[in-house]
Amino acid sequence: MKFAVQINGSPYAGPAGEMAYQFVVAALSAGHTVLQIFFYFDGIYHGLAAQMPPGDERQFTHRWRQLALQNNIDLVICISAAQRRGLLSLEESKRQNRANQDLAPGFRISGLGQLVEATINADRFIVFPGS
Amino acid sequence: MKRYLVVMSHPPHGSIHVQEQLDVILTMAAFDRSVSLLFLDEGVFQLLRGQTAQQYLHKETVAIFDALALYDIDDLWVETESLMEKGLSLGQLTLPVKPIARSGINALMSGFNVILGA
Repeated sequence: MKFAVQINGSPYAGPAGEMAYQFVVAALSAGHTVLQIFFYFDGIYHGLAAQMPPGDERQFTHRWRQLALQNNIDLVICISAAQRRGLLSLEESKRQNRANQDLAPGFRISGLGQLVEATINADRFIVFPGS
Repeated sequence: MKRYLVVMSHPPHGSIHVQEQLDVILTMAAFDRSVSLLFLDEGVFQLLRGQTAQQYLHKETVAIFDALALYDIDDLWVETESLMEKGLSLGQLTLPVKPIARSGINALMSGFNVILGA
């Protein structure tokens, strides 16, 4: 079965990120495919490049990247939700004359059309709510 | 074609949530999706007539709801118990919505292929 996932909660404000991660790992290990993980609302904070939690804590951003690389999952962050919260793509950072690249490797920033497309292409669409 | 139900359960102006959820709904409409809405819990306040958000510099989300009919989004449901718990009646809402009892929500949802919310 083909799954698509939407994450609406920030990494540290609730269980959305952890539940989504466990779900995706379980789905993959059961032989399913995960096409896309779409980060929306405060879920966009999963894609901040400079997150550096202590070494003995969960590494949300790094974990998503590893999972996506190994399983060919498209990690998409909503552009309007991201820009509103200060997370810019490299192109947008340049356009705004900002030096930093805040988007973590492995993620890409795109529009809500990607979310709609994922719901069309997936057999099941699972939302992990924020607050 | 898949049928979509978006569950609206957040209050209108406590956060950016309703505005961003409306962005999703409008994007679905732009992709010619069939979208229905279900208002429940605090979400019933989203349609309350006479609200204004200007003093908080929030977008007037109720105006966006009023425009949804232009995008053929007119299959709107509200949970009866949620309305009653908030002391509201259908006549106070800005759009024509169909009331549905809490006991009927499961059956309603089973008629849709994709359900989004929260």
